[in-house]
Amino acid sequence: MVKIKKENLNELYKLISAEKSLFVPAKKAGQTNYALYGAETEVDLDTLKTVKSAKELFFPQSETLYNVKTVDNKYSVTQAELQNEEFVAFGVRGCDIKGIEVLDKVFLSEPVDTFYKARREHGVIVALSCNEPEESCFCTVFGVDPADAKGDVTATFSGDYLYMKANTEKGEKLLADCASLLEAADESEIADEKAKIAEILGKLPYANLSLEGWHGGATEEKFNSALWEELYKPCLACGTCTFVCPTCQCYDIKDYKTADGIQKYRCWDSCMYSDFTMMAHGNNRTSQMQRFRQRFMHKLVYFPANNNGMYSCVGCGRCVDKCPASTNIIKVIKAFSKEGK
Amino acid sequence: MCDCNCHQNYNLDTLVPMVGIVTDIRQETPDVKTFRVNAPEGGKLFEHKPGQCAMVSVPGVGEAMFSITSSPTNKEYQEFSIKKCGVLTDYLHDLQVGDEIMVRGPYGNNFPVDTELKGKNLLFVAGGIGLAPLRSVINYVLDNRDDYGTVDIVYGSRSADDLVQLKEIQEVWMKAKDTNVYLTIDRPQEGWDGHVGFVPSYLNELDLKTDKTVLVCGPPIMIKFVLGALTEMGFSKEQAYTTLELRMKCGVGKCGRCNIGSKYVCKDGPVFRCDEVDELPNEY
Repeated sequence: MVKIKKENLNELYKLISAEKSLFVPAKKAGQTNYALYGAETEVDLDTLKTVKSAKELFFPQSETLYNVKTVDNKYSVTQAELQNEEFVAFGVRGCDIKGIEVLDKVFLSEPVDTFYKARREHGVIVALSCNEPEESCFCTVFGVDPADAKGDVTATFSGDYLYMKANTEKGEKLLADCASLLEAADESEIADEKAKIAEILGKLPYANLSLEGWHGGATEEKFNSALWEELYKPCLACGTCTFVCPTCQCYDIKDYKTADGIQKYRCWDSCMYSDFTMMAHGNNRTSQMQRFRQRFMHKLVYFPANNNGMYSCVGCGRCVDKCPASTNIIKVIKAFSKEGK
Repeated sequence: MCDCNCHQNYNLDTLVPMVGIVTDIRQETPDVKTFRVNAPEGGKLFEHKPGQCAMVSVPGVGEAMFSITSSPTNKEYQEFSIKKCGVLTDYLHDLQVGDEIMVRGPYGNNFPVDTELKGKNLLFVAGGIGLAPLRSVINYVLDNRDDYGTVDIVYGSRSADDLVQLKEIQEVWMKAKDTNVYLTIDRPQEGWDGHVGFVPSYLNELDLKTDKTVLVCGPPIMIKFVLGALTEMGFSKEQAYTTLELRMKCGVGKCGRCNIGSKYVCKDGPVFRCDEVDELPNEY
């Protein structure tokens, strides 16, 4: 384990960013999101949750897939370049790392999404422990330890220092490259901080949320439950929950017309939208109740059924914080547990 | 700068299409055309199995999934029978022979022609453009005639003008060994002396033996009533296969659109045995 004084962190950012692209949580116009580090960047490691999760570093909100040039009505297709340079994602919280594990199941399963895979292979993740988990956090329910987030490097603030420990070869290399700024430390120096975090976690309102009954079983019973008709009612179909979610991966593929052809790009989409499943011969989810139900059934039933019980929710609580109608996955889980189902 | 060269070893991503040339267009019905597609250098763009689909696109217009209606036994080209019913299909219907389109695939599973269907008596039940995916299987079976038992084809459409592949039906299927073709149209029409009535009731009238494996494709409402009729006739759900169709963007089970229960129609389907369909949430 190594450590660096908080006041020297800027030197660390400069050192890393001199060699490769460094993405950090940065404050801009009052909001904190991941941004490419530069001289003007206002790094913000105090805000617990970036508005958009770290998924955008591996599965961007919008990305070009290929370009088509049209000359004399003949097409020529060129695939967009894959990520081929190493980059560092700094300050990724445990929930978002779990979110990337969920995305791995989707994008790295056959047929592999090469755009995503190239980013995963070239990304070095520096995880950051959460010193003060917030009221809307419930990551422990999904097996995340926010005091020991597992990236290539695990970083933890304690006292005047940021402590770092490599978990992978990539992580070891990154720390070795920064050795000039780091001093040796011992695991025992963060023991008190970890105990403090554990104490906060025990007091969080959703710490004891029970997932009993959800795990890929009883599909039909849940699907046909009368509860959905009540639960969906506040939903405005704005899609905010899907955009801030670290695991939502539904996407659209669209055309952008250029001077001599088109650019085919993919962008985040949302199962909350009425035209998501619409096609020429009809729409298999015509009501918002059906779309609302689909989102939660997918996260809590369908996805676990396909992935050895792994849920497609990581308990980050962003949907809890951001839903304008104050409806969220916690209400869904609780409603079903009250029913005893 | 990363000094690895792993990125140089990637093939093109599955989302990136190939250029295909439209080498023939047949007007099947007032709103259905069959497009023959070849690779620019000749031959087929890729190999497929009966029942599989491909994404057909026109840059700047759109991209959608279509079943490949030609049989894999056709070594020269692939065909898509496409009904004019939206932005992309309108555009496709205006194409001329020699025009380029883009194709990626094949996607999805296939009718189990090399396993469960082998040696079986087969009953094909199709409605309208629903003949397109079944035509691939029918021609595959007729080209490997000795591997299968009897073939019965029940095909219906709104009118006599809406029957697709009529020439092939009359000139090839009706003349094939141990093959019966039963055509029907929804309403009486001048010049039509064949059967009149919906496909499910025609099935009941035909009273075919239940020693067959059934392949059904057509409008969802037809499929529903055909399955009802088959059950009445004594067929089990395990004896019947159908294809599902939902909105698709990626074709590889990732974009989320065609997710139904724990299945993705583009990847785990489009072919499902009817007892498997029953296990899905009722949302298709």
